[in-house]
Amino acid sequence: MSNTVIELNNISKLYRLGEVGTGTLSHDLNRLWHRLRGQEDPYAKVGEENNRESKGGEYVWAIQDISFKVNQGDVLGVIGKNGAGKSTLLKILSRVTAPTKGSIKAKGRIASLLEVGTGFHPELTGRENIFLNGAILGMTKTEIRRKFDEIVSFSGVERYIDTPVKRYSSGMYVRLAFAVAAHLESEILIVDEVLAVGDAEFQKKCLGRMKDVSAKEGRTVLFVSHNMAAVRQLCTSAVVMKNGRLVFEGTQTDGVNFYQMSHNTNSEYIHEGDIENAPGNKHIRIKRFDVKPVNGEVISISSGFDFELEFLNNKEDISLDVTFELKNSDEIIVFHNGTILSPNKDSKRGYYKVSSRIPAHTLNAGVYKFTLIFGESQRYEVCALEDFVQFEIMNEASGSNSSVLPGMLHLNMPFSTTFNKVN
Amino acid sequence: MKDTNHNEDWSLVIKPKTGLFEINFKEIWQYRDLVMLLVKRDFVSFYKQTILGPIWFLVQPLLTTMMFLLVFGRIAQLPTDGVPAILFYLAGVTCWGYFSEALTKTSETFTANANIFGKVYFPRLIIPLSIVVSAMMRLGVQLILFFAVLGYYVFFSDSNTHLTWAAALFPVLIIMMGLLGLGLGLIFSALTTKYRDLRFLLTFGVQLLMYATPIVYPLSLAPEKYRWLIVANPFTAIIETFRFGFLGAGAFNSAYFTYSVVATIIILFTGVLIFNKVEKNFMDTV
Repeated sequence: MSNTVIELNNISKLYRLGEVGTGTLSHDLNRLWHRLRGQEDPYAKVGEENNRESKGGEYVWAIQDISFKVNQGDVLGVIGKNGAGKSTLLKILSRVTAPTKGSIKAKGRIASLLEVGTGFHPELTGRENIFLNGAILGMTKTEIRRKFDEIVSFSGVERYIDTPVKRYSSGMYVRLAFAVAAHLESEILIVDEVLAVGDAEFQKKCLGRMKDVSAKEGRTVLFVSHNMAAVRQLCTSAVVMKNGRLVFEGTQTDGVNFYQMSHNTNSEYIHEGDIENAPGNKHIRIKRFDVKPVNGEVISISSGFDFELEFLNNKEDISLDVTFELKNSDEIIVFHNGTILSPNKDSKRGYYKVSSRIPAHTLNAGVYKFTLIFGESQRYEVCALEDFVQFEIMNEASGSNSSVLPGMLHLNMPFSTTFNKVN
Repeated sequence: MKDTNHNEDWSLVIKPKTGLFEINFKEIWQYRDLVMLLVKRDFVSFYKQTILGPIWFLVQPLLTTMMFLLVFGRIAQLPTDGVPAILFYLAGVTCWGYFSEALTKTSETFTANANIFGKVYFPRLIIPLSIVVSAMMRLGVQLILFFAVLGYYVFFSDSNTHLTWAAALFPVLIIMMGLLGLGLGLIFSALTTKYRDLRFLLTFGVQLLMYATPIVYPLSLAPEKYRWLIVANPFTAIIETFRFGFLGAGAFNSAYFTYSVVATIIILFTGVLIFNKVEKNFMDTV
């Protein structure tokens, strides 16, 4: 007997786009007519692959032919870009909606945390809400009573437990909600990115709790996240989804690497077609801007990155300069550096190329955005393109710590130590 | 796909469609605590931050009775089968209020709870069940008022009000009213997940239905020609039996009553079946 606890067989889900109205009635009748004659759903055939960028028909396969197995005690990371079908998969697993095709078999109760605090009633007290929310998540009253003290102390809101939750701060509310969820006794736990709540300390507590759930209590966790460092740290295996299909299945480290390789957060812009329609204004048109790792295939702390800009200049005989401004996700300006392209007021019509490099071990991991500013005589703005290109510097574990370290810089510093014995 | 481990005991299987009669009663039983907690939530949140608390449950039937007394009793001067008008209307208003609340609230199950349903799974029937139990609790409070008024007329006045053997059917009547509301509500809730047209019909339909039920008039007043129309409404026999039992008014008709029981069971059964059918995929269309 294997210790598989969840088995997915060719799970697919078809969604209809657009609004529900009189138009859909004819489709419904047509579908009913086909079903009465024992035929297949005529609209299942026209379903298209899940790709948000392309335009197309009315039916879309949100996920298609997903099959995998999860063993007991595993923490499976589900990774993929927004729109890859992760949420649909979670919804099917947590039985919020049924698959169009395929089947799932599971052993034990499945509890899903697609959101914390589902069913909290603002008028009820913290105590009453713990019971209500626990019951909605599938606990019995006795179970909740047994875990009640643990839940309250985990949440850290003892003092307010008999106050209606509408008087809680949003942090307290979320902490209480997560505390209930964290003490579920189901054999399988499905967690969506609910960990992106609360302060850093509480987040750490949540991650720790999830690790306990699988390692100490031998339960199975399915974890959906965009936080690659957390996936690496928590999970024991991973699947990667793209456009509704499963594209990778394996260990968490390989999964994260696979995802980071295949996933470019529009770290480049290339204009195709008529240059006069390119972004910019009548003076400046951007043809291309890209950010690439100096070595390797992924921009990471240790890869450094090159960036190169190619643009069309229409303004002649001025002193043209271009400034690259880099902001991090907190909108803090990391640098604002530029270069003068034509110091002698001799700019020409045509394509200029400017490039530069940020060496390895300079910037910390995170998402960064480039703003481009074109100027005349370092005084007048010719053209500015706010947050033109965005890219991500991937995190790398330093020692045993795999989470993103604080700070804007991540330098290779030569440390020296000396040691003197106490006399 | 090789089926290597078909002998294993999977406790849960998720499939695209379930059979018409696959209703997981065991699972509903496992969630019984949730029903009670939802009832408690409805009950408690109703009177939070009020001074009079549950007494507010009495205001609606009391004022409606007063209004009926004025309009139908004094102005229209409809007879009330020889029982005091206030008792006659109070009995009707209380029972009808219970039934119509169970019906309208149940019919909104999917739309009102889409938020929770979209995030968490539990047997969807839990919500309508809790609604009916909530309505029953409210009825319980309102019946205290009814019995108080009844007691006054039975013991302290010389009116012809008296209990008959049919009062023993009381629990059956209460359950029938609830289940009838539940069954109809389930049918409407299932029919309105995708196309909401019927919702408009229901809101005033319930009001109109009250006049097609002997609430403000006794069945004996209905002309012979149209009586079948009123009797066709399964609620008619229930309310008539209720009044016969507690007020000694009207008569008990066993044929009508049997019809009511059968109709209630059929409606409930139909409701549960179609509710069960739509609950799996309603999230995609609601």
